[in-house]
Amino acid sequence: MVQYIARRLAFAAFLVIAVASVSLVLARLAPGDFATGALGLDARPETIEQMRARYGLNKSIGAQYRDWVVAAAHLDFGRSLLYDRPVRDLIPERAANTAILAVAALAVATLVGLPLGIVSGTRRGGFVPGLIRSTSLVLLSTPPLLMSLFFVFLAARTGWLPIAGMRSAVTPAGGATLDLLTHLIVPAAAIALPLAAMLERLQAQAMTDVIGEPFVRAALARGVPRSRVVWRDALKPALRPVASMYGLIVGSLLSGSFAVEVITAWPGLGRLMLEALRARDVYLVAGCAGAGAMFLAFGTLVSDLALGLVEPRARE
Amino acid sequence: MSSRAAGLTLVTLAALVAAGAPVVAPHAVDTRFPRLLNAPPTRPYVRDEAGAWHAPFIYPWRLVSQLEQRYEEDRSTRIPLVWLTGGHLVSSSDDGRAPLVLLGADSFGRDVFSRLVYGARASLGLALAAALGALLIGATLGGVGGYAGGAIDDLLMRTSDFVMVLPATYVVLALRAVLPPVLPAQIVFALLATIFAIVGAPFIARGVRAIVRSERRLDYAVAAQSLGASAWRVLTRHLLPAARGFILVEITVLIPAFIIAEATLSFVGLGFPDPIASWGTMLHDASSVRAFADFPWLLSPAAAIFLVVLALNLVFQPSGVGVVYNEPDEPDRRLRTNSYTV
Repeated sequence: MVQYIARRLAFAAFLVIAVASVSLVLARLAPGDFATGALGLDARPETIEQMRARYGLNKSIGAQYRDWVVAAAHLDFGRSLLYDRPVRDLIPERAANTAILAVAALAVATLVGLPLGIVSGTRRGGFVPGLIRSTSLVLLSTPPLLMSLFFVFLAARTGWLPIAGMRSAVTPAGGATLDLLTHLIVPAAAIALPLAAMLERLQAQAMTDVIGEPFVRAALARGVPRSRVVWRDALKPALRPVASMYGLIVGSLLSGSFAVEVITAWPGLGRLMLEALRARDVYLVAGCAGAGAMFLAFGTLVSDLALGLVEPRARE
Repeated sequence: MSSRAAGLTLVTLAALVAAGAPVVAPHAVDTRFPRLLNAPPTRPYVRDEAGAWHAPFIYPWRLVSQLEQRYEEDRSTRIPLVWLTGGHLVSSSDDGRAPLVLLGADSFGRDVFSRLVYGARASLGLALAAALGALLIGATLGGVGGYAGGAIDDLLMRTSDFVMVLPATYVVLALRAVLPPVLPAQIVFALLATIFAIVGAPFIARGVRAIVRSERRLDYAVAAQSLGASAWRVLTRHLLPAARGFILVEITVLIPAFIIAEATLSFVGLGFPDPIASWGTMLHDASSVRAFADFPWLLSPAAAIFLVVLALNLVFQPSGVGVVYNEPDEPDRRLRTNSYTV
């Protein structure tokens, strides 16, 4: 087990370094650089050269990459040109915002999707299962990009909820936490609803499969009440295939949160990456891409370990 | 009508509209009507104010408030619609006074409906091309890996595993950003299709490899081989057809994912360049909150994406999610589903 985790961590480290390096080089290869972007096209060539020299942009790609790797080995990931702050300080803050969004969305999706899936998966006909199924189908076709546009539209029309950002400029009555929560509703719901629909469908499918198994039929035949069979006997084996999906879900959380962050102006990692790319802020691009890889690797590892707890066969 | 038939109808309709864009759209993709900035959709009527019946007609828009861009129907004149003239299915008989804008006009005064129809070409075409590319790459890698086994198989599968665990969004963004922001549309199309195909291919490669690996031990494959069929023939004529069902389902998962990926990239300004109509660039034009709160018709590309994705889900995944039991040779069957790849 320890060996397995160590191997996974080593691979994750390799992945993070590779992704960060490649994005650094790619961002550097892109036409234009931060100096021309920030100073404008009609700045004096000397001024541009001065700025390049200050940020180390006048070195060759090889030299710049080497310097960055040496510094990164000492956990110094360069200075963001755009924000004029060390990348090391900037990223954790934004990554935490993305994590708040992703964890909130995942929790809501799980709490809504799984119980509904159990209900719709155990009954064949009926109005309620049919309603759940068709709602899921609609929500599945509304990825976070569309969902957040729709919610922002609703929020802007009705004025019920804040439409952008993470905090109000002036903390309103009720405190900072409440303010954060009201800002969280729109972006989190935009990610959570399609995800809940997906979990509902998966859980329903798994439930239907398990209900057909002989041991469930036997329990029913012995006269055990149906609800008890469903919630006690069938639930546990049906949760396993769904639990194995969580590793993949981490990836869709990350890409879903990118679209949502851009639309709702949530100050997360995805938005930071976009800003950095637009400004040709090479060190910040590398930092964001590395952090994204780390987010994904960490999320997948946690979900795989959690899967090992409920599914003994997945442990090897 | 079953939900499957409904979905099939919608998909066919979308494909027909995209193919016949110049005929279906009343206007060219970049025609501007400077007097109709952010004008609301024109409504076709068959009864006039007095209650008399006419062939379908429209009323011209009259600007009421320049500041708020509010318009009102000018009920004094009827402009009849004309059918099948000038190479368009339907258009206004007097484009100068009252152009037909079925889904309103955008902030440049361009007809949203026409752009939506032309945008279907870019968005759906890109998704289809990328899915076919992913299929080609994935089936080749998976087929070769599964058939050859050994070191080649290891190498190919490690590579595709590696691509699968990359933070796809960030990689696509970085790759796209290397190139100049403004490129000709054809190059953007080819570039995005290639990037999407590479990101999507591993999902197909893994499944195809697993199927080829288990199939090649079966009698029919062994028989073909012992009759002297070449490796190429066994693979293409016998083993890959066994993966047909799997590939079909995977493609229907990839196409919606690619439509959404294009929309996301164009939305943030890294997809198609601005004058090109695609569903993503149209959303980009609508992207200020004020614009789409006041002029909701600018969100019609979002509705179009929703309908196409829903239709694809209805056609190929009647239960809602394509639940595929992946990796037939693995003891634990894993569920795979619509996770938005990019």
